[in-house]
Parts: sequence; structure tokens; C-alpha cells
Amino acid sequence: MEATIPSTGESAQVAAEPEQAKVKISIQNVYKIFGKTPEKARELLEQGMDKDEILDATGQVVGVADASFDVHEGETVVVMGLSGSGKSTLLRCVNRLIEPTFGKIYIDDQDITELSVDELRALRREKFGMVFQSFALFPHKTVAENAAYGLEIQGVDRDTRYQKAEEALALVGLKGWGSYYPENLSGGMKQRVGLARALAVEPDVLLMDEAFSALDPLIRTDMQDELLSLETQVQKTILFITHDLDEALKMGDRIVLMKDGGIEQIGTAEEILTQPATEYVAKFVANVDVTKVLTAEDVMKKPQPVAFAKDGPRTALRKMQEAGLSGIFVVKQSNWELLGHVTAERAVEAAKKADKWLDEITSRDECATVPPDEPVRNIFPLVAENNNPVAVMDEEHRLRGIVVRGSVLAALAEREGGDTQ
Amino acid sequence: MMGEIIPRIPLAAWIDAFLNWLTGAIAGVTRAIAALMRVGIGRLEDGLLWPPEWVIVILIGLLGWKFGGRKVALGSALGMVFIWNLGLWEPTMSTIALVVLATLIAMLLGLPIGILGGLYETVYQILRPILDFMQTMPAFVYLIPAIPFFGLGAVSALFSTVIFSIPPVIRLTSLGIRQIDRELIEASDAFGSTTMQKLIKVQIPLAKPTIMAGVNQTIMLALSMVVIAAMIGAGGLGGEVWRAIQRLRPGQGFEAGLAVVVVAMILDRITQKIGAAGKAA
Repeated sequence: MEATIPSTGESAQVAAEPEQAKVKISIQNVYKIFGKTPEKARELLEQGMDKDEILDATGQVVGVADASFDVHEGETVVVMGLSGSGKSTLLRCVNRLIEPTFGKIYIDDQDITELSVDELRALRREKFGMVFQSFALFPHKTVAENAAYGLEIQGVDRDTRYQKAEEALALVGLKGWGSYYPENLSGGMKQRVGLARALAVEPDVLLMDEAFSALDPLIRTDMQDELLSLETQVQKTILFITHDLDEALKMGDRIVLMKDGGIEQIGTAEEILTQPATEYVAKFVANVDVTKVLTAEDVMKKPQPVAFAKDGPRTALRKMQEAGLSGIFVVKQSNWELLGHVTAERAVEAAKKADKWLDEITSRDECATVPPDEPVRNIFPLVAENNNPVAVMDEEHRLRGIVVRGSVLAALAEREGGDTQ
Repeated sequence: MMGEIIPRIPLAAWIDAFLNWLTGAIAGVTRAIAALMRVGIGRLEDGLLWPPEWVIVILIGLLGWKFGGRKVALGSALGMVFIWNLGLWEPTMSTIALVVLATLIAMLLGLPIGILGGLYETVYQILRPILDFMQTMPAFVYLIPAIPFFGLGAVSALFSTVIFSIPPVIRLTSLGIRQIDRELIEASDAFGSTTMQKLIKVQIPLAKPTIMAGVNQTIMLALSMVVIAAMIGAGGLGGEVWRAIQRLRPGQGFEAGLAVVVVAMILDRITQKIGAAGKAA
């Protein structure tokens, strides 16, 4: 029982954990070494030897090497890495399907590495729902029985557990499929059952082990979107394992990037992309399609100038002339609520007719709007087919910014930093 | 050559000495068990012989229908009528009684042992050579030590039959449990199953087709051993074959042999279908 374990020098971890909800899972200096003399392997790791060298020297396999990070309540942390990076091993340490060799793991301030068999079982029943890469549905049980499995072993009575299973199935879009057997279901539907089985026990923490990796790309995207929307409904803490960087960037509030058992970088998608901590991370993210990651918010410009509702057509025209625009967004002055868009031509007509207000010529139809978190990739077509800029509008209908063709390209060029793609 | 340099290992003498000692030590117990079992075997035989033949024919037909469908039902019933017609009804019933008892005992012992072997690697490693030994040792050899313990007759036959036929049910039960996809076991663990819950709700149901294949093989081996056990006075269809050999009557021998084949086919089809039914459910 050592007080502190020095961290391996190479894992440069960006301290980017915003003060937010309380810590749900705390992983502290966790090692998993498969072999008979793990102390020796740890010593060699501390001396800077890598996984392959230790295998040659001692015949022991390093699964996880000195991993430390926290997951906050309601947060989705994606652990990502290539096969053999130790990500699945680390996930299994969290519910002790694999026993960590060294280190501590706290769930709600309880050190789970100290738990007895009975306590561990109680913890698994109470806190965790797990979803597996190849679904791991019980082929001899119906969809409903599968979804009810966690409740069944908790000893929940039949009616209650089937009712809860049915609710969980409805939540994942499988209402009415309860009496089928898994073999009658497609891959995507199977994983929905896997998700329902995990949700039915109403866990605090969802552990997802490459949950979508075995699915076809289109279905995978569907499932990702669905999990994201589920997340807003059920508010779970999620630890998500994937080898797919795009998936990691899409799903994760924060991303933990692993290599050879160690952690290379922890940070938000933006941080990983824009400030890679090591060369490995930089290489890893070099081929990322940034248009999927960057959102409207990241590339929008200040909507200057705008016309206010009380402005007359002449004021609007003057503002356009000064800024060299062929159209202008009209907002309420009090709260910047977006009212619409006015083109120069129509403003000229209105001015000729001596209309006093802009209202009559303000059009909501011809202005495309997107929410601030819309990926840039989806804005491209809007910008291309619209002559007018795209308005970025938040949930309260306030104009937050505008996206013009040039600003998208400029933002991309800036992020790329001269890197060819 | 060998004997001149290293003296011959007196293995036979050792084994005899050991068995003599063992007989002396526990024969009282085994004889008591034998007496009890003789009553059991007798009752079962009587039970099978008590109803009119057509009742048994219909019962076996119904069993075939339940587990195998119309074809198996018809074949089983016709097979039994054929045996009846040959006048081999009585020895057939006594053979079936022995096979059923031997299989039940083999399952009663073999399933738990097989489950332990499936769950614990050490048990499996210990079991493997023992099972190999039991299966490769010529079947006749088991007959010899059975006699001092249980006396001549059906009980000794039962004892050697159980030993000879138990390996498949142990082996395939272990295998069935070991073969289960690791993720399914993890899933069961991840939701907090106890060892017992995991065994009953996941491992045994998933291993059931393989276990049933083992049971099927055990039944087939039991049948073949029961026939051989006629040499120590087990009677039944084996006894008929044995008598035909001694009197050099090939016709009689073939009749009894055909009856064995018919019983084997009925038992095989019915138990195979039980295994397959387990798979579908």
C-alpha cells in the first residue's frame, strides 16, 4: 500500500477538468499486469520501458499502466485507443470483471478494490449496467427475459421486472418485441436489447465496451444519435470504450486516449484535436474529419451589423451599404430574437413605397437557421445553396451568430494549420 | 531381455493385492448395496413386464411422438412390435431396465462432476486423464473386479456399465460449460449474478445441447456394455446372444442382435431429439 505512485513520464495529461458535478468514478494509478511478478513489471514501467520490452524481459503482459482520471456525474467519458491499448481491460477493472493489479478505483467515494465478493456483487447490481461489443444476449431467453435479466437476479418479482423491462425496451425503440428471441433480430436491434438490459436496472453508470463497433456504419450512426438523445433523458454517467476516433469525438464530453496501456491525453474533443499532447495523439488525429467535430458555434461570425425591428427600411439600407452587404438579419433589439432576413432589393422597394417599418418585408422563410451545436459538415450544403448567410439561433430563438461561406473555409484552414488533407 | 536387467514390475500382483484388500475392507457394504439394487432392478423389470405388451408399445410410441414427431413414433412402435413378434420381449425389457438404471446413475454422478469440471480448470485437468483411462480400457476388464464386490449377475453388470458409460456425460457437460462465449459469462457477472444464478440461468441452459449429446452417447455406451455384461450373468438380450454363441446358433444370435439394434435406434432417436429440442427452446 504505497501512498503515491509516480506517474510514467510520457503520459502528458492536460488538466482540463472543469469544476462541475461531483466525481462519480475515480480511477487512481490503476495497473493491470498479467503475470506472476507484477511488481517487477511496474518497476520496469517506471524506468521507462514500454509494453513490448517488458514482455520480452519478463514475459508479462501490461494491460493497463498507471491510468488515472475521474468521471463526473452525468458525464460521458470515452476511452479510446487501438486494439491492445488496454481500454477494454481498464473498463473491466471498473466493475472488477478483471481485478486491477495495483491502484484504486472509487465509485461514489467507495474504494471498490477493497470490496468482498458479496459487496462487489451488490455494487454491480446497484450501480452498473454494461453493454458488450458482440451484444452478449442470452440466446435461450426472449428479448423481454434478456432485458429483465438484471432485475431477475436481483430477485425482483415477475410482474415488476417485466414491466420495467418493457419500459426499457420502449426507451430504445423496441416496444412490442419482447416475445422474440435474439436470433430473430438484426444486429442493431440486438444491441438495443443489450442497451435495454443495461438500462432496465436503472444503473448510475453505463459501461459500454465497444458497444457500437460491431454494427454497420449507418446503424452505428443511428445508435450513437439515439444514445446521445437517451443521455439527455436518463442522465447517466457513461464510460464508453471505442477504437473509432470519430465515435469518440462525437460521443465524449471528454476523451481519454490510450496507447500501450498508458494514457496519452485526456481532454475534450476540441483539445485533443487542437492541442495534441504527444506526437502519437497528433498523428492519431491528423486524419480526423474536422467538419464532423467543429460546430456552428466554432465557425460563426458576429452578426454585425443587424437591423432592429424598429428600424425603417432606409436605416436598414444604410447599414447594408456601410458593411457592403446584400441583405441583413432583423432582430428584436431587447433580446436579439431573430425575426428574419431582409434583402437589399426588398428594402429599396419598401423605401420607394415609403413603408415605415421593416416588418412587412422581413422574411423568415428565406433564412436558413441552425442550432449552435450543429456540425459544420451539415452546414456546408446550407451555405452552398443559400445566397444568404446561415443564421445560428439558440433555443430561445436568439441570433447568436452567422455562418458565411468564407467563414467556414477560414475556420477549417485555421484548424488545419497548413496540414494537407 | 528386459527381465534380465530390470526385474518385471509385478503390476498384476499389486492390483490383485489391492483389490483383495479393498474387497475385504468394503465387500460387506458393497454386498449390501448389491442386495438393495438387485431388488431395485427386479422391481423395474417387473414393472416393465407387468402391463400387457401393447401398453408398452404404445407408451414408447408416445415418447417417440413427443420428442421426435410422427416418424420416430411410428418407427419406435413398429420396432417394439417386431421384438415382441420375435419372442424376445422379456430379455428386451430386462435390457432396457438395466440401461435406464445405468444411465440414471451415470447422469446422477456424471452431471455434477461434469459441471465441476466445466467450472474449475483444476478439476478438469484431473478429470481428463481419468476419463481417457476409463474410455480406453477394454470394457471386459471392468467385469472382473465387479464380481467380488457385487457378485455375479445384474448388479455387477450395472456397476461396470456405469463406469464404462459415464465418461461422455462428464466430458461433454464440462465441454458444454467451458464452450460458452466469454462475453455471456461476463454479462452474467456484470449484472451481479451469484455463482449459482449464473450456473442455473446461463451456463446449464446454454450447455444443454452439448450435455444432451453426452447423455445420448452415455445411453448408447450403456446399451453396448449391458450386452457385453451378459458374460457375468446380466441376462437380457446379451444373455440371448451369449447363449447363441455357446450353442453355435447363428440365427438365434442374429435375432437377439437385431433386437439390440432396434432398442439402440429407438433410444438414440428419442434422446437425440430431446437434445435438439433443448436447442430450439
